[in-house]
Amino acid sequence: MAGNNNRSIGAVNKKGQKIVEPEYLFFEAPRQEFFMTGSEIVKEAIRRASVDISVAYPITPQSEAAALVGELWTEGYVGDYFRGENEFAVMSQCAGASFGGARVFTTTSGPGTLRAFENFPMWSGARLPILINVMVRGVNSPLNIQPDTLEMAFLLDTGMLIWHAETAQELFDMLLKGFIVAEQPDVHLPIAVCIDGFFVSHTKEMVSLTGTDICLPHYDPYRSPVPCMDMEAPPMRMMRDPFVMKSNYISYATHASWQQEVRGAVERARKYSVRYLGGMIEEENSDADILIVSSGTAVAQGREAVRLLAEEGIKVGIVRIKSIRPFPTEELRQATKNARLIFVPEFNVSGWMAREIKSTIDRNHRVIAGPHVAGGMTMPPEIIAEEIKKVMHLRKKELVHG
Amino acid sequence: MGKNNLKICSDLEDIMPPEYRELVASATYGKENRGWKDIGSAKELIEEHSLCAGCPEAIAFRYVLASLPNPEDTVMVGSTGCTSLVFPHVAVHNIHSLFGNQNAVASGLKRALKLRFPDREKDVVVLAGDGATVDIGLDMTLQAWFRQEKFTTICFDNELYANTGGQESGLTQKGFVMKMAPQGKQFNKVRMPEIARESGCAYVAILTVSKPNLVERVLKNAVLIARTIGPTYIQIYTPCILEIGKQSMEGLQEMRDAEGPNDRFAFREFITDEAKAFLADMDEKKKAAAAAKIGTAAPAGVK
Ligand SMILES: Cc1ncc(C[n+]2csc(CCOP(=O)(O)OP(=O)(O)O)c2C)c(N)n1
Ligand code: SF4
Ligand SMILES: [Mg+2]
Repeated sequence: MAGNNNRSIGAVNKKGQKIVEPEYLFFEAPRQEFFMTGSEIVKEAIRRASVDISVAYPITPQSEAAALVGELWTEGYVGDYFRGENEFAVMSQCAGASFGGARVFTTTSGPGTLRAFENFPMWSGARLPILINVMVRGVNSPLNIQPDTLEMAFLLDTGMLIWHAETAQELFDMLLKGFIVAEQPDVHLPIAVCIDGFFVSHTKEMVSLTGTDICLPHYDPYRSPVPCMDMEAPPMRMMRDPFVMKSNYISYATHASWQQEVRGAVERARKYSVRYLGGMIEEENSDADILIVSSGTAVAQGREAVRLLAEEGIKVGIVRIKSIRPFPTEELRQATKNARLIFVPEFNVSGWMAREIKSTIDRNHRVIAGPHVAGGMTMPPEIIAEEIKKVMHLRKKELVHG
Repeated sequence: MGKNNLKICSDLEDIMPPEYRELVASATYGKENRGWKDIGSAKELIEEHSLCAGCPEAIAFRYVLASLPNPEDTVMVGSTGCTSLVFPHVAVHNIHSLFGNQNAVASGLKRALKLRFPDREKDVVVLAGDGATVDIGLDMTLQAWFRQEKFTTICFDNELYANTGGQESGLTQKGFVMKMAPQGKQFNKVRMPEIARESGCAYVAILTVSKPNLVERVLKNAVLIARTIGPTYIQIYTPCILEIGKQSMEGLQEMRDAEGPNDRFAFREFITDEAKAFLADMDEKKKAAAAAKIGTAAPAGVK
């Protein structure tokens, strides 16, 4: 391995952190409770993540986290850090650093995600295991800085892994686990760890953190399935005919088969996501007739609605989706097989999560796309409860005779 | 990397492509003072290309690759355009990712290599068209220079978008009728060398490829200055003979016609005092080393 430091397990880095096995850090290392915001959690996760390079650009609500990562660079926990000129450039700078064999972390939100967009499928196609923390927010127009998950819909078909954390605690864990899953040789893809802006980034909660004295092993670019661009391996003429020769059958075949391979790699991430996240979904009373199925903080609101409905004697279960790419297809089919009504509350105008679920399970007339709110509107649990009661009433016949 | 990494397992030698075997046998990785004169006697770092017959981009590519001071530790970054038809045939690691983002990619790449190889020089060289450098990628071109990123930017200026069929670019001359400029270009050719100088480049040169010696000298200056001092920029006229209606053998004359003392590609160089001193110092050291070699040369047969 090139470079000057000893990077093996058990070695100590220049900040005095001991490099430990990921499994130890995730599951066994002693933890301590703190009261922190989501942005502060990003700093604490990256402090323990042996990140080589991070590139930043201001946009609410991720600016604070991005700036805190800069402090980590000053403190010596991150190898290099700078402010790029716009998100398109930032994501290309991240790509360059990743091509060069660095572990790369960045953050963005809403309009920044869309400004950067051309980079995301390129990251996947080039097999760059960059971790991006997407703190979702509304996209223009009109201008909006509030939480809204619409941008996640655009990311679905980029070939990236996508996880959705509900809480700051889960954000901490997913940021660390994300690197390890994304960098597996049979995966080696970028990963978006999404959180709902403000709801998670700017509120404080109790979180339990591993000590600052241990950190993840470094990224090893020589475990990549594609060559690292550092001239440490023999270069060779890579193709007889460049891909872009449009009349060349090989170019079609190459593109199509490589894109399939990228999707295959997303599938191969499944086993790691299951192992590290403790399953791709989380179920609470999923044997109930009525289910709320969603991801992120919409589920937190759903949980409150479940409590309200329980007071009226209506039993509702919850299925929370943690990994959106790969999508928990089989898990959802199993978890929803006995449900008669499936509600999908969402913080966006399009109801993309309901669409995803409808295209996954059978008897999809059971799926009710909503309630959904957009642009940062709150979704009080009462609204979810009312929606459930309204639909129950309308479909009473179906529920009785089903 | 060094040439030692370039080996073929003897059992597999007979099934390796001939061009790879040649690369192992006679490429100039690690050769001191490699240059354009190696062309013809050593294996070039570029295989046959798929550009139009006679396209000056091809010979420009060959001179550039022959002149890299350290190809065994150089990574190149390209962009979409006619140049991206050549890179797949180039035997140094190279990155194509998107159209126009080359200087952003190079910024991240150079920093990663610096971090991973703190004690070794890894050169990064960008090579892209005028559309990529001056239009769609201009912000990233300039911002990399503002930030003083230590790599070389080469623009193959054919004064138009060739790969998409001959549209106007920022480096097209004023008045030229092109696709998407049906009434002729309405504004001047962007003065990129001056912009580069003002944006913080330590070394800037504009030239054609009619004189290989000059290309070699400029390229070596640019790469070595970028390594030690700061960003460098080279703009090379590589006329798109297809779009300007020239024959395959007319490229060289077209370049000569564009580099007279008052022409737009008259050779010009901007160099900061710091870079000048660095080059002078390098020359000095080279001379001293050569003199020492002569002075201490052991008599024949004595070791
Ligand atoms: C985002 C994006 N916009 C447009 C294109 C189409 N495109 C491909 S190559 C090219 C022209 C390249 O021109 P230049 O950089 O001057 O290189 P040349 O082909 O002239 O050598 C364009 C416009 C693209 N690939 N990507
Ligand atoms: S289109 Fe023009 S620039 Fe491109 S290969 Fe042909 S002659 Fe060269
Ligand atoms: Mg051009």
